[in-house]
Amino acid sequence: MSTDVVELRIPSRAEWVALARLAVAAVANRLRFTIEDIEDVKLAVAEACTAVIQHERHGEYIDLTCETSGDSLRVRVRDAGREARVRDEGRSMDLDEARIAGLGVFLIRTLMDEVTYDADPELGTDLVMVKRLQGRPTA
Amino acid sequence: MDIKVNVREAPGDCYVVDLSGEIDVYTSPKVKDAIGELIDRGVYHLVINLEKVRYIDSTGLGVLIGGLKRVREHGGSVNLVCTNPQIKKIFDITGLVKIFGIFDTEDSAMKALV
Repeated sequence: MSTDVVELRIPSRAEWVALARLAVAAVANRLRFTIEDIEDVKLAVAEACTAVIQHERHGEYIDLTCETSGDSLRVRVRDAGREARVRDEGRSMDLDEARIAGLGVFLIRTLMDEVTYDADPELGTDLVMVKRLQGRPTA
Repeated sequence: MDIKVNVREAPGDCYVVDLSGEIDVYTSPKVKDAIGELIDRGVYHLVINLEKVRYIDSTGLGVLIGGLKRVREHGGSVNLVCTNPQIKKIFDITGLVKIFGIFDTEDSAMKALV
């Protein structure tokens, strides 16, 4: 089974999140996902990018890697270029912001079939999520 | 990608906020400002019409939740008009169907305002 890889780097700014979700939706559309599943992927990717952008120490760019196989789409969202960014020490989340950020993570975990997340204080965040056709586990 | 916001006065002591487009981390501040301005003016009964909204994420949900919290402090309410199945699904899986009144028509949303 062949695997295709599509990579996209966007600036870590709110105005670029739409591009990320539309690009990943276009990749998902290459598989046989339903419209509902494609919408799930769009939202999950947008939530992942938004979580990076809203983090007080995000990097300059977000790197997205999409891998398609016969029955699944794997999307990796990495917060890249952290070392190039001056730390924003002034911003901190209030309680409501934290709850809403939690909502984004909840949506990602609910809408995707598999989610793994790794965060390193120096290297940034690395989130991998998988959507399978009709939610079937990989054989 | 953009969001269009239209605010109009409705019969009774309430306003309707028509939203059209996509509500995400980039566009949600515009929605937040529109709702916030109404509440600052003393409008505590709102119908937010999402019929022409194609997409909403957690930041958009956050704006709606924030607006609801503010009007409730003044005994007000927010009802939503939403017919898009994908958006209704988001309200459903997040449990927000329990805190918002969600209606298929603007008329029913207006009538149900407290």
